[in-house]
Amino acid sequence: MVERKIRVLVAKPGLDGHDRGAKVIARALRDAGMEVIYTGLRQTPEMIASAAEQEDVDVIGLSILSGAHMTICRRLMDLLREKGMTDVLVLLGGTIPEADFPALRAMGIAEIFLPGTSTQQIVEYIRQNVRRGQPAQT
Amino acid sequence: MNQQEKTPVAIEEHGKRRPSQREKEWEEKTLAPAIERAPERLKEFTTISGHPVRRLYTPADLADWDPERDLGYPGQPPYTRGIHATMYRGRLWTMRQFAGFGTAADTNRRFHYLLKQGQTGLSVAFDLPTLMGYDSDHPLAEGEVGKCGVAVSSLADMEVLFEGIPLGDVTTSMTINSPAAVLWAMYLAVAEKQGVDWKRLGGTIQNDILKEYIAQKEYIYPPEPSMRLVIDTFEFGIKHTPKWNVISISGYHIREAGSTAIQELAFTLRDGIEYVEWGIRRGLDVDEFAPRLSFFFNAHNDFFEEIAKYRAARRIWYKTMRERFGARNERSWMLRFHTQTAGCSLTAQQPYNNVVRTAIQALAAVLGGTQSLHTNSLDEAWALPTEFAATLALRTQQIIAYESGVANTVDPLGGSYFVEALTNEVERGAWDYIEKIDALGGMIAAIERGYPMREIAEASYRYQMAVDKKEKIIVGVNEYVGEHEPIEILQIDESVARSQAERLAQLRRERSQDEVQRRLAALRKAAAGTENLMPYIYDAVKAYATLGEICDAMRDVFGTYEESAIT
Repeated sequence: MVERKIRVLVAKPGLDGHDRGAKVIARALRDAGMEVIYTGLRQTPEMIASAAEQEDVDVIGLSILSGAHMTICRRLMDLLREKGMTDVLVLLGGTIPEADFPALRAMGIAEIFLPGTSTQQIVEYIRQNVRRGQPAQT
Repeated sequence: MNQQEKTPVAIEEHGKRRPSQREKEWEEKTLAPAIERAPERLKEFTTISGHPVRRLYTPADLADWDPERDLGYPGQPPYTRGIHATMYRGRLWTMRQFAGFGTAADTNRRFHYLLKQGQTGLSVAFDLPTLMGYDSDHPLAEGEVGKCGVAVSSLADMEVLFEGIPLGDVTTSMTINSPAAVLWAMYLAVAEKQGVDWKRLGGTIQNDILKEYIAQKEYIYPPEPSMRLVIDTFEFGIKHTPKWNVISISGYHIREAGSTAIQELAFTLRDGIEYVEWGIRRGLDVDEFAPRLSFFFNAHNDFFEEIAKYRAARRIWYKTMRERFGARNERSWMLRFHTQTAGCSLTAQQPYNNVVRTAIQALAAVLGGTQSLHTNSLDEAWALPTEFAATLALRTQQIIAYESGVANTVDPLGGSYFVEALTNEVERGAWDYIEKIDALGGMIAAIERGYPMREIAEASYRYQMAVDKKEKIIVGVNEYVGEHEPIEILQIDESVARSQAERLAQLRRERSQDEVQRRLAALRKAAAGTENLMPYIYDAVKAYATLGEICDAMRDVFGTYEESAIT
């Protein structure tokens, strides 16, 4: 079987304009052979969910440094569930207090990457955990 | 220009070295056998920006350097040693901790606390909806109200923010850009209410829209009308607030976005040139407004590179103002700047290490001659600082000021072969960029082509790769990794958004709706023409028109800006 490239949507939700991390990750994932779509700034959860659906992505990488992660993630995960996109791997990076981790995981965020995470760690995590287009693991 | 292209500057510089007989002997007799016995740790040593650093600096590195011309004396051109004759022997830098979270009342309490702890100036952090010109109850504000700063949606909030703080006695810096004119008008209205003469008001609005397009991305309108608003504040400031800094031209965010030190310096000063050109084009006298321009730089980890950057900044600005703009007022020649330690250098891992990083960065800012300083708190890779962490950050400055002895003499590093050589190199690297942007047709043309953004993205990726490959070590992150206990974090809950929404609803009920509409219509009409908008904005603010309403009135006329994303 010819392996399909892993498709990733890198998204900057909310009003936050700090896009250094999102850009570095987008480029690193591309350099690692993945197909990367970067949404640009100020995306609502609705815009992100519909972009993920249209682009048929396997992974959504959210970058949030503004403290608005709980509201944004809750809404996005609800939308993905409504669209039946529960097999999309959703990752979160940014300034996220540890106290919020359990609630974020319970919403369905697969992993949270803090500042200081290397790009290889993220590439590896995606390769090992991507669910779509792969034999079912769970 | 990327780092690979930058390297020849230094090599060329080294090519011009004429080492003394004694130095040559040292190389042969002492150095060569030492390296033979024990090779150096790295093949190439570079600053955090990738700038090459030599093994040893000697008089041979300063062959064309004339201390009388290039170093001079403090308070005199070219201001390499600082802008004041006595520097910190006369007066210490202003300790200005950036603070803002939750509601205006929450932040007002933090301000009173910080002033009681010996802080000497205020600095307001606004939340993202405020920075983007939205009221707290706007749909796009959901989840963001009070989160990374204080929510201020109208004059009513501004009145609470400064309750019990005499605006004639403190200086206040407000980190606000696209809606700067509106927030400034609110501050002026509070001052008027307190009975403080505007001529006594000291402080700064950041008001630097160009670096928003380049780095921080909190813009509302397209570049042209945004620049008009900036120049409107210059013009208004000259007339009404002679002690107020109408802009803080900022490299901080450029550096945080991943630039090198040279890029930070060059893009910031080229932004400065752009503002001066626009001011002159408006018909303002350069010597009337240039003394009210201030700057804002980052203090990153690489100690000497940062010090060289601040020293080079003063020299470049002096030459620019004098030669390029023909300024005659000495105060136009002096680059005054605020410094903040590098937020992007803080690590979530082993957060107590951040106290040490911040202390080193703050020391660089002081040795570089900063006029004011913010030191970051140890917990800021996690969230906004707790009171404990913010106090420790302020104490760090106080220890540098009162215990370290570095404030006892002016420019203690002046004459160091290394620092002077690095100052020269950083200056030359910045001039190269400034010329390049001039050739592109100025900063707005460069922004439209995505030039500075691409340069920064390139530098930031290169740095991340160096960290990933452990070519650059970050303690606790890619080396000396270990577990740490979770630290206490400041949590902002959703009650802030609810109480803001209630306050706004009450405001809209109680104010005169007709008056608000009348003043917003006047603003809209003026925006479509060429008049200075400050008086119209002030009128709207005084009638308790909200930030969102005022920004919307201008959105109607100016439109909004979208960048084409570069990855």
